[in-house]
Amino acid sequence: MGHITPMVDTFAALAEPNRFRIVELLRGGPRPVNDIGLSLRLNQPQVSKHLRVLKEAGLVDVEPRAQQRLYYLRASELRRLHEWLERYRRNWESRFEQLGELIEELKKNEDYSDGHDDE
Amino acid sequence: MVTTMNETDMRLQGDREIVISHTFNAPARIVFDAVTKPELVKRWWAPKSHGAMVSCEADVRVGGAYRYVMQQGNGPELAFSGTYLEVTPPKRLVYEETFEPMKHLGAVKVTVTFEEKDGKTRIVNHSVYPSKEVRDGVLASGMEHGMREAMEQLDALVVSLG
Repeated sequence: MGHITPMVDTFAALAEPNRFRIVELLRGGPRPVNDIGLSLRLNQPQVSKHLRVLKEAGLVDVEPRAQQRLYYLRASELRRLHEWLERYRRNWESRFEQLGELIEELKKNEDYSDGHDDE
Repeated sequence: MVTTMNETDMRLQGDREIVISHTFNAPARIVFDAVTKPELVKRWWAPKSHGAMVSCEADVRVGGAYRYVMQQGNGPELAFSGTYLEVTPPKRLVYEETFEPMKHLGAVKVTVTFEEKDGKTRIVNHSVYPSKEVRDGVLASGMEHGMREAMEQLDALVVSLG
């Protein structure tokens, strides 16, 4: 259970719309801070703040290259988050699958008792 | 992972909310019955991995009470109970729910809407938790749902990462 709380933090980091846009942008490859700001029309302090949160959540990392600091996406953390959330969605999906089967059965029974087709 | 009409979509909204939706291939009145009549609820409500329902009672009218109890193997009985605040068949259902072992955390307010279109019905289950802590606790406990951005967005993102 130890990994659960950080997972919630990772999720919270990604839930902020501008941070989600940054993550989407970084899918295209590593980018320097000023480039991210220009692409998303955010000022540099905002971008730096968001990148700091994303970095703390393990979603991005940074490497110096020439005069610049390049930010890149850490796919492993995103996959972990995805798997984590997917578990909860699957619970509901499993429930809804059972509900779907029941609904099909109810529909059939109704067709027999109705004796008419309303399609 | 391809998201189709009939898949279960889930997102988190604000700090305290979880929204789950799914489309069924049936008119709303049938879906509404399946979601509210206790003898029908008994047959689907407990996800297989979570055990079976041992009891299911519901007095589906405004002010009426319900209690759903499930059990996994020989584990403890887990009861969810609450009161109906609004019952508008086959369109809308609002109730307050308490997970009895965690009663002290307060009740969740759940609004379920049934939107029928072309013979199909989309149900949207919108839960508002008493606090962010409780909602995130529910997410973490495995009891239920969640997430803020549409699941398919994240799906696409993960797929693109290869």
